[in-house]
Amino acid sequence: MRRTALLLAALAVALALPLFLKNFTLFQLTLVMVYAVAILGLNLLTGFNGQFSLGHSAFYAIGAYTAAILMDKFDLPYPLTLPAAGAACLVVGFLFGLPALRLEGLYLALATFALAVATPQILKFSAFEDLTGGVQGITILKPDAPFGLPLSQDQWLYYFTLAVSIVMFWAASNLVSSRTGRALMAIRDNPLAARSMGVDTALYKSLAFGVSALYTGVAGALGAIVIQFVAPDSFTFFLAVSFFVGLVVGGVGWIPGALFGGLFILFVPNWAEHISKGLAWAVYGIILILLIYIMPSGAAGFVRAVTAKLQRRAS
Amino acid sequence: MELFLNQLLAGLATGGIYAAIALAIVMIYQAIDHLNFAQGEMAMFSTFIAWQLLQWGVPYWATFFLTIAVSFVGGIAIERIVFKPLKNAPVLSHIVVFIALFSVFNSLAGFIWDYSIKSFPSPFGGLHQVGMIAVTLLLLVGLYVFFQYTRIGLAMRAAAANPESARLVGVRVGWMVALGWGMAAAIGAVAGMMIAPVVFLEPNMMLSILLYGFAGAVVGGLTSPGGAVVGGFSVGILENLAGTYVPYVGSELKLTIALVLIVAVLVVKPSGLFGRRAVVRV
Repeated sequence: MRRTALLLAALAVALALPLFLKNFTLFQLTLVMVYAVAILGLNLLTGFNGQFSLGHSAFYAIGAYTAAILMDKFDLPYPLTLPAAGAACLVVGFLFGLPALRLEGLYLALATFALAVATPQILKFSAFEDLTGGVQGITILKPDAPFGLPLSQDQWLYYFTLAVSIVMFWAASNLVSSRTGRALMAIRDNPLAARSMGVDTALYKSLAFGVSALYTGVAGALGAIVIQFVAPDSFTFFLAVSFFVGLVVGGVGWIPGALFGGLFILFVPNWAEHISKGLAWAVYGIILILLIYIMPSGAAGFVRAVTAKLQRRAS
Repeated sequence: MELFLNQLLAGLATGGIYAAIALAIVMIYQAIDHLNFAQGEMAMFSTFIAWQLLQWGVPYWATFFLTIAVSFVGGIAIERIVFKPLKNAPVLSHIVVFIALFSVFNSLAGFIWDYSIKSFPSPFGGLHQVGMIAVTLLLLVGLYVFFQYTRIGLAMRAAAANPESARLVGVRVGWMVALGWGMAAAIGAVAGMMIAPVVFLEPNMMLSILLYGFAGAVVGGLTSPGGAVVGGFSVGILENLAGTYVPYVGSELKLTIALVLIVAVLVVKPSGLFGRRAVVRV
């Protein structure tokens, strides 16, 4: 009951925000949601299935490029590029998940890291230049609000992204509390026990990779539409590392954490640059270390501790 | 044939760089059971300290050992200040702190010594590559003796493999971890000072080297220092040969090819070529 009330209040605030904020702030918040969906994808893999990835920038890139190419070369309307990007990433993620089955922990981290490092190079590769635009990338047009709604382009994109994000978060929380979700978590907590209970570990682990890639791919497509531009150098391993930082800061294995993660990776680097231009990344690093000091398990642990305290006081 | 030999030699030379950094990575892995993503940046920072000492007129070998000592103390300090309070934090949080350290060192080096490319002297003159490989092998032998034949080496291995049992038999686990950090920083400093004459000194010099070093360490097996050296050399040779012989895509996708091969090796041998499979009690 309390939960529903809280969610409704959050929704009301989210719906009202465009009325009060400048276009640029709205654009930033839209990006926060995009990143949150990407981090949610990573969370499904790492937080709920216990597989490690430093390569999610690759899936984000595939999603973004799928959307951009479909809009640029095939004139597909932008909402339709999202399922296409999701489907492409589901397949790629599932296929990548198959060899990844043999790898654990750090070895899997390296394999996914390799994927992240290779992605910009493959995107720049001259043989694909007709499709990908090479180093130049692809520029796409910003969509107008449909049905003659009296909204600016930024406002419309904000609502569009909000709607998509809500669907994605809702689907994720349903997935996690379903039979499949329990299987995923069982594999995370004790693969041996899960297997002896009859869980098909190989299938579920590859599926987790696929679904995780789907989420990140949809986020990539959304990101391409919002930024109106894709280029190889936007998808370096730095992006993968950012997603990872966002995941841990938000809280591993806690679905709303992705939103905190998105806020962190968008705003904190900006603040750090505001504090000191020359030492921006040093400031960022120190903020990050302090944050881990205060909340070793991310925002999730912090929120849990606060609610526990409140409940104790109430009773 | 001549082309092949030339590429092989060039590969060995770059491979020596990767082997040195892979060795540092495996060292810290032995001591703390994690891969340290900030390792390359720590080595870069140490090398800048050496460069500064040389600028102040300190002779090369004095600088060499002074830098090693400073890095050793610095490594211990990082463990005591940053990681000891986070002892009970989840592993993923540790990795985020590595990433944070990475950006701190990178940014700080750029701030203090700016981003211009600096040359760094070699003590071996024209035979630098040979000297570098010799230093790497020397380090390897030294480490092997240290870990196999000294009490403290044994204690460090015990602390990494099984902290609880090690503590029960009287090993001071906390200090062993700190010592591991110090040693890793010192080895990183040596690697940095050996690498800098080849690639030149600048804050981002370690980025791709670290990646290849990781690859070398993982291919060789994270539990085996010798494997790390072999892995480092093979990655260097592989990179060069792929660039020359794989037609058309070779030069452009050199890195990608090397990485694909690494992943292929891992799929066949999940603990690396020389790594021991970790056996876990259930």
